[in-house]
Amino acid sequence: MVKLKSIKELNGHLETNQSPERPASAEGNFYHDRGLDAIGPGMNPRIQRLRKLSFKAEPSLSIERALHQTAFYREHSGKHSTPVFRALTFLDHCKKKTLYLGDDELIVGERGPFPKAVPTFPELTCHSVEDFHVLNTRHQQRYTISQADIDTYEKEVIPYWKGRTQRERIFNHVPETWRQAYEAGLFTEFMEQRAPGHTALDGKIYTKGMLDFKHDIQTHIDSLDFLNDPDAMDKFEQLKAMDISCDAVILFANRHADLAEEKALVESNEQRKDELHKIAQVCRRVPAHAPQSFWEALQMYWFVHLGTITELNGWDAMNPGHFDQHLTPFYEKEIAEGSLTREKAKELLCCSWIKVNNQTAPPKVGITAKESGTYNDFTNINIGGLTRDGHDGVSEVSYIMLEVIEDLHLLQPGTSVHISQKTPDEFLHSAAKVIRQGHGYPSVFNPETYIQEMVGMGKSLRDAREGGCSGCIEVGAFGKEAFLLTGYLNVPKILEVTLNNGVDPLTGKMAGIQTGDPESFDSYESLYGAFLKQLNYIVDQKIRVSNYIDTMFAKYAPAPFLSVLIDDCISKGKDYYNGGPRYNTNYIQCTGLATVTDSLSTIKTHVFEKHSLSMKELLNAVSKNFRGEEKLRQTIVNWTPFFGNDDDRADHIAVEVYGDLLKAIDGKPNTKGDVFHLNMLSTTCHIYFGKVLGATPNGRLAGKSISDGTSPSHGCDINGPSAVISSLTKLDHTRSGGTLLNQRFLPSLLKRDADIKKLGSLIRNYFKRGGHHIQFNVVDTATLRAAQKNPEDYKDLLVRMAGYSDYFNDMNADLQQEVIDRTENESF
Amino acid sequence: MIIPTLPANDVTSSSLVFDIKRYAINDGPGIRVTIFFKGCPLSCIWCHNPESHSPTVQKMYSRDKCIGCEACVDACEQKACILTADGIVTNQELCVLCGKCAEVCPTKATEMSGEQLMVKDIMELISREKSLMDESGGGVTFSGGEPLMHPDLLIPLLEECGSRGIHRCVDTTGLANKELLLQVAAKAELFLFDLKMMNSEKHLNYTGVNNSNILNNLQMLANTDVDIIIRIPLIKDVNDDDQNMNETAEFIAALPGKRREVNLLPFHHAAAKKHKKLGQSYDPSVLGEPTQVRQLEIVDIFKQVGIQASIGG
Repeated sequence: MVKLKSIKELNGHLETNQSPERPASAEGNFYHDRGLDAIGPGMNPRIQRLRKLSFKAEPSLSIERALHQTAFYREHSGKHSTPVFRALTFLDHCKKKTLYLGDDELIVGERGPFPKAVPTFPELTCHSVEDFHVLNTRHQQRYTISQADIDTYEKEVIPYWKGRTQRERIFNHVPETWRQAYEAGLFTEFMEQRAPGHTALDGKIYTKGMLDFKHDIQTHIDSLDFLNDPDAMDKFEQLKAMDISCDAVILFANRHADLAEEKALVESNEQRKDELHKIAQVCRRVPAHAPQSFWEALQMYWFVHLGTITELNGWDAMNPGHFDQHLTPFYEKEIAEGSLTREKAKELLCCSWIKVNNQTAPPKVGITAKESGTYNDFTNINIGGLTRDGHDGVSEVSYIMLEVIEDLHLLQPGTSVHISQKTPDEFLHSAAKVIRQGHGYPSVFNPETYIQEMVGMGKSLRDAREGGCSGCIEVGAFGKEAFLLTGYLNVPKILEVTLNNGVDPLTGKMAGIQTGDPESFDSYESLYGAFLKQLNYIVDQKIRVSNYIDTMFAKYAPAPFLSVLIDDCISKGKDYYNGGPRYNTNYIQCTGLATVTDSLSTIKTHVFEKHSLSMKELLNAVSKNFRGEEKLRQTIVNWTPFFGNDDDRADHIAVEVYGDLLKAIDGKPNTKGDVFHLNMLSTTCHIYFGKVLGATPNGRLAGKSISDGTSPSHGCDINGPSAVISSLTKLDHTRSGGTLLNQRFLPSLLKRDADIKKLGSLIRNYFKRGGHHIQFNVVDTATLRAAQKNPEDYKDLLVRMAGYSDYFNDMNADLQQEVIDRTENESF
Repeated sequence: MIIPTLPANDVTSSSLVFDIKRYAINDGPGIRVTIFFKGCPLSCIWCHNPESHSPTVQKMYSRDKCIGCEACVDACEQKACILTADGIVTNQELCVLCGKCAEVCPTKATEMSGEQLMVKDIMELISREKSLMDESGGGVTFSGGEPLMHPDLLIPLLEECGSRGIHRCVDTTGLANKELLLQVAAKAELFLFDLKMMNSEKHLNYTGVNNSNILNNLQMLANTDVDIIIRIPLIKDVNDDDQNMNETAEFIAALPGKRREVNLLPFHHAAAKKHKKLGQSYDPSVLGEPTQVRQLEIVDIFKQVGIQASIGG
């Protein structure tokens, strides 16, 4: 039993929210009229109750989807083409799935039988009994499951999938050289547990319903040339599958309409009765037809979102793209008609926000919990930015969304503001005030740079403008692209392997190739040349298997419903995973740029320039994890040019490494007629990569996290944020698919409105000089330490980390420590 | 004091600087670079930059950073560095401030405060911040210590910045040669002028000098075109009494020219660690910050004579 908090404690919590730390809320109308039943933030009692329910719900596992899948596979496997079969399993689940329609709800539908109940996807990876026990009992990122459900799973689900899962298919066929590098932690593989996703929608679902899509599909089926096109039959099966998946989602919505009507019959509260009728009416209209109102538009998106995350467990769940731009026409029309108020629109947005928060990320199998531990499923809502036609995209809806973020401060959805040169300062400063609250959201993006990135990768200007970020910092053309993150590359580990002639010093096993005894290198250039050889070898290993996995998804786990939503899958008659989208990018995310830069800078400075240290002495100290070598370690840390200080000696190394990462990755072909590109995202993987890395020449101790994204090494940026952005903008961001800069700010730096304007100037200046993304972690160390000691008192505490937000207390100790260690820019 | 006759474009002229800060957001409008000159005619006991007092290079030592490796002991040719139970102790009689100890210190526990910097070095750094200054309406602030003690560096820097359209702000104690002050005023857009207290005797006690020249200089400056923001440190039981605040407010209100903006800077203990590093004694109990309530009362005192005073820079 969870002990309920007393009213006094709850009020205490409310008071905290009204302290000077949250001036914007105190100024606004968010918190007035709260009596004894006050239960937390929210614009009105409905939202407060829904938020509290969402906030308090324990993440749990639901075995329902797995049971439906398994039964359907047992009975029907082999009777249909793969795409049609997958669509039929989806339809079957939509027919049978337990529905949820909670009190107070206006936007309806859950992936599981109730909020935060997460289904499993055994066709991709099948959890073991042991996995469930770990998930059920571990301290952090716990998912509850009953013993009865575990027993059922063991009896009904696990035996069928043994040897049949996508994960087993993949791992049974990877080359030994790949396995060596993978096990050494040189890279990760995204698609070994989850389906490729990383996509966001354009505005098509607001002008077309599923019946319209079915019509398009039929038109393309009718025009198939079975005589002259050898692929016509495959296209037919794919299109048929898309058609079935549209039916599945319509059926799913109609079941909600039925449920709402049933509930209305027995509802005694007249107001709620009306709401239930309205819900039924909305669910009959969308997603079958295009939405006509603000409410319908939100519910339309929500059914589409649920459809895609139920069909498969794609990465980054689903993203609505430029949500404010999509909703603005409905908002403006209804405000003009008088059928909607600003308050009602905000309430509906709050309902949608809470819905996203209810969808906890599906947990991994073979739990090590090392790689990335979070409930966040990375839905990111883009606010502001540019329209497809290049106009400023900010509207009243954008401002309402900022209020919603500030008001609810939930873990999900992630939010980002897009600040183009056309974005008004008023919007930038409003966003900066939300950032000042220290809940981590929103992160800040530069459309001018990411549009150049996308155009440089071959997208049309208008498709690029319509794009933005999904998940963390990766960009793509919304509604028209599969931009798959394939895995992280541990760049400092590549240097470690180079300095050990191909061997992973942690295991003594060969992980790369022989590139020469490092003590024999007579110049920095020869060392760097060896590093490049190693880098290219590792990247090629990674790409080889990524391409293999892509074909496996195309073959065994197509996504017909997702394909309906992304141009040009219907017109090509091809699946999302099989080159159906207009653009098909594969990204490799390179982590630890600053760690590798600082390490190379150490070797260059002390071994090859000052000659104050021999390579042998340095490597000896590194191999001992600097034990007994503190004097040497301190000399390195304090007397070496490090990245992030506007010091050209270090920054030029970063520029060179970045250029060589591009050369190694950019343009290598994928399986869909498109190519691989470089990305500089790390999410939380820099923590895992640090754990599988010994000490590094820059004085970093073994096991400590490496640098995140393109941020400076933790604590090494000692000249303040302007020096950091100077260093960062020496990189050509437009040649990647995203860079990441975390800046930690203490609240004292953002006290006055003048400080907010200065923060705005810093952002504008970074973007003018080509920066892609920046995010701010506005917290103080004392708060974080207190939160570590008394987690119960700080359950609301969101912090910003490497591309996404998490609750501080849901992070493992290493992640928490990292937040504390990161440079505090308290005074410059 | 000698008024420089150096050509304005002599970019090799130099003087002693103890710090340069980027993203300075409390030293004038916008985002700024602040140059801290070393040496000050005043020695205010509350000063948060005690290393700024002496116009010569000084050695600073942090016991908590020291790992006792004795690199400095080995490097010192004068045998002035001695490792003791309290860390490194410097024999001041032997030390010639050559800085070799700091050069070899792995942790930077020993550092030399004060570096002879040339106009071109500083301009190179300023130019790196130029676009951010332009974006934010910022510029360069010359602070210290007392920047007017360094005309051979200050004047060429002001001229170089002026020729590049960079906003110039001079943060001064106000104690300087009149002609020099006027010359600087003609080359700057803004003065941050410190005003400690009105009672001359008290001023002498707390800062080492009496305030008559400072007050005269402020009146003189107020007759020029340069903008002035008056900065007043608020120290509990030192200058926060009604009498001093009333006199200060009246003095400012009576200044010629337009209404002056006032920044009230509550005292903080940030200097404690610096005193320790300089080997100076520091008694934190002597000084304190006025209460929040008192700070607001002081704001009111200024309001009554029509002056807008804000807390913080």
